[in-house]
Amino acid sequence: MSVQLQIVVCAGIVPDPLQTLEPITTPNGPGLKNELVLPAVLDPWAASALYEAAALAAKNPGSKLYLVSLGPKAKLQQVMMTVAQKVPFELVPVDGPIGGFPDAHSTAGALAEAIEAIPGLDKSSLLLFGGWESATRGAGVTLQLIGERLGITDQFQGVDQITVSDDGSFEVLERVEGGKHQVSTCQGAPAVLGWATGNLAEPRNNPQVGMANMRGIMPALQKAKAASLAPNGLRYVSVALPKQQRTTRVVKDLTPDQIAAELAAWIGAE
Amino acid sequence: MESILVLTHADETGAILTKASLEAVTAGIDLAARLSAPLAIGILAADATTLTKSLPSAGARILSVSGQAFAQARYATDAAAAEALCRAAQATIVLAPGSSRFTRVAAGVAHRLGGFIDTHITALAGTDAVEASRWFYRQRIEAVLSRDARPWFLLLDSGAAPAFTAQPGAATAEEIAVALPEARTNVSGFRAPQQGAQTIRPDAPLLFVAGAGWTKKQPDGQVHTTEAAGLILGFLRATPASLGSSKSLVDQGSEGQSVLPFLTHLNQIGQTGATPRHAKGLSTCCHGEEPHVVGWRFIADRRAISLDPNCGWSRGKADVVYIADAFQVIPRVNALLEAAKP
Repeated sequence: MSVQLQIVVCAGIVPDPLQTLEPITTPNGPGLKNELVLPAVLDPWAASALYEAAALAAKNPGSKLYLVSLGPKAKLQQVMMTVAQKVPFELVPVDGPIGGFPDAHSTAGALAEAIEAIPGLDKSSLLLFGGWESATRGAGVTLQLIGERLGITDQFQGVDQITVSDDGSFEVLERVEGGKHQVSTCQGAPAVLGWATGNLAEPRNNPQVGMANMRGIMPALQKAKAASLAPNGLRYVSVALPKQQRTTRVVKDLTPDQIAAELAAWIGAE
Repeated sequence: MESILVLTHADETGAILTKASLEAVTAGIDLAARLSAPLAIGILAADATTLTKSLPSAGARILSVSGQAFAQARYATDAAAAEALCRAAQATIVLAPGSSRFTRVAAGVAHRLGGFIDTHITALAGTDAVEASRWFYRQRIEAVLSRDARPWFLLLDSGAAPAFTAQPGAATAEEIAVALPEARTNVSGFRAPQQGAQTIRPDAPLLFVAGAGWTKKQPDGQVHTTEAAGLILGFLRATPASLGSSKSLVDQGSEGQSVLPFLTHLNQIGQTGATPRHAKGLSTCCHGEEPHVVGWRFIADRRAISLDPNCGWSRGKADVVYIADAFQVIPRVNALLEAAKP
C-alpha cells in the first residue's frame, strides 16, 4: 500500500557556478553583468529536491509532481531542455526576473499564488519541496514564507532524507549544528521540506522522459503569468565583489620533512 | 523610534544559551546603544530560569517562553513561541542567531507579524539607518542593504559579534504565555553520520579540506584510498580539526567510485555545501574554485598542499601553497603532532 502525494518542488534557475559574476547597477536595482546571456542551471539544492521528489513519487504510484519555477520565460525554456530529461514532472512557470537581488517576500508571494492556482491540487496531501537555500540570494526563507502563505505549519529545513510510511506519516532527517541530523516524525502531509543535498545522485538524461515533459512544458511556458516583484522597502547601499586578494607564497623547494615541520609549527601556533 | 528584540535559545542540554545566541545579545546591545533604542531579550527554552544568568542584569527587558514543548526544535512550537515573544516586545528590529533552530522558523514568524527578514547577516553598521552586510551568490558578491519596512528580522551569522559575557547579577524574566498549536511533529532525537567518527567540529580552530586527489591514481598507478583514509583520520586525531571536503570527492560515493568511508555530504564545503568559519584552513589534494574560493571565504589563514604549481584557483586565495605530495607530507605532520602531544 502507498500514499498518493502531491509534491510541488520550487526551484529557481541560477548562473552556472563556473561563470564569473560581476555586479552592476540596473534601473531595477543591482544585477549581474550579462545576466541574461550567462549559462544557467537549475539551482543545485532545489535540483536535489526535485530528484528526491521524483524518487518519492515513483515509490508512491498515483502521486503527482509539479515543478514551480520563476524566471524569464526564455531562460526557463533553455534550462528545461536539460532538466526535463532527468525526471517526469509538470512545469508551472512564472515569468519574472532572475537573480538573487529581488526581495524574497515578493518571490514567495508570486510562487504561492502560482501553487494556489494549480488546477486540482489537493493541499491536504501536499508536500512542498525546494532547496533550503538558493545559490543566488541564499537566504533560506522563500520556502518557509510560501509554507506560511499556504497555511502549512510543519516545516523542515536542511533535509537530507524522508521516509514515508504506508499510513502517510514520515520520518525526516534535518541538518543541525555539529554535523548531525535531527530526527522528526510527522503525521503526514501537508508539510514543507527544504532540501540540502539528499542522498541521490543526479539522474542520467533520458530523452524519452525529456520528450514527454517537453510536450507539457512548451504550452505551459507560453501561458506563464508575469510577476513583478515589489522591493518591500529593501534598499541596497552597495553591491561589490570582495576586494581581498592574497599574496600567495608558493613553496616549491622544500622536502616533505621540511614542509611537515613548517605545517606542524603553524598548526600548533595560536 | 526603533526598539530592539534579541531572540535567544538554549542549547541541546537546555542548561545554557548557545554561543550564537550570546553573540546576538552583544549585537543587540551595540545596536540599541547606537540607536538609543530600548532593548529586550527573549529566551526560548524548556526552563528559562537559570538562563537569565547569562544575560545583562540591567538595561534590558528579559522575556521568556518556557515549557517542555520548547525542549526540542520544531517549527510549529518554535514559531508560536517566537511570535509570542515578538508580540510581547513590540520590537521594530528583531535580531536572532542564524542557528538551525531559528533559521527554520524566523521567516515564518516575520510573515505572521507582517514583517520582513534578511538572513546570513555578517555585520551591522550605519549611522542614520541600520545597514546590514551579507553575501550573495554563495559568498561571491558582498552587499550592504537596508530596509524601511518594519518589523525587520535579521538573522546573524556566527562571528558577527563577540559572545556576551555577563557580569554577576540576577536578571529576571517575564514569562510570556504561548498558545500552542496541535503538535503533528514529534522530534525523536539526533543522529550522527553512520560512518562513526565525528569529523565535523564547528568550534575547531582548523579546517582540514580533503580534495578528490586523495582517491586518484598515485605514481605507482594504483589508488590508495585506505591509506588516504588512515592519514586523514590520523590528522583529525592529532589535531582538533574539522573535516571539509570538495563536492567531487563526496559525490564519488554515489557514482560507485572509490571513496573515503567517513565522508558524507555534511562534510561538503563550497557552492552546495557549508561555508565554515575557522581561524585556519589546510587544503589537501584539492583543485578548483569550490574549496579555494567559496568554501574558504571565512577562513582567515589559509594553506594548501598541491601537486600543481600553476593551480590558478589557489593563487591569490591561499596564503601559502606547498608544491608537494600530500601522501608524503601528511604522515610526517601526523607524526610531529602526535610527538608534540603532552
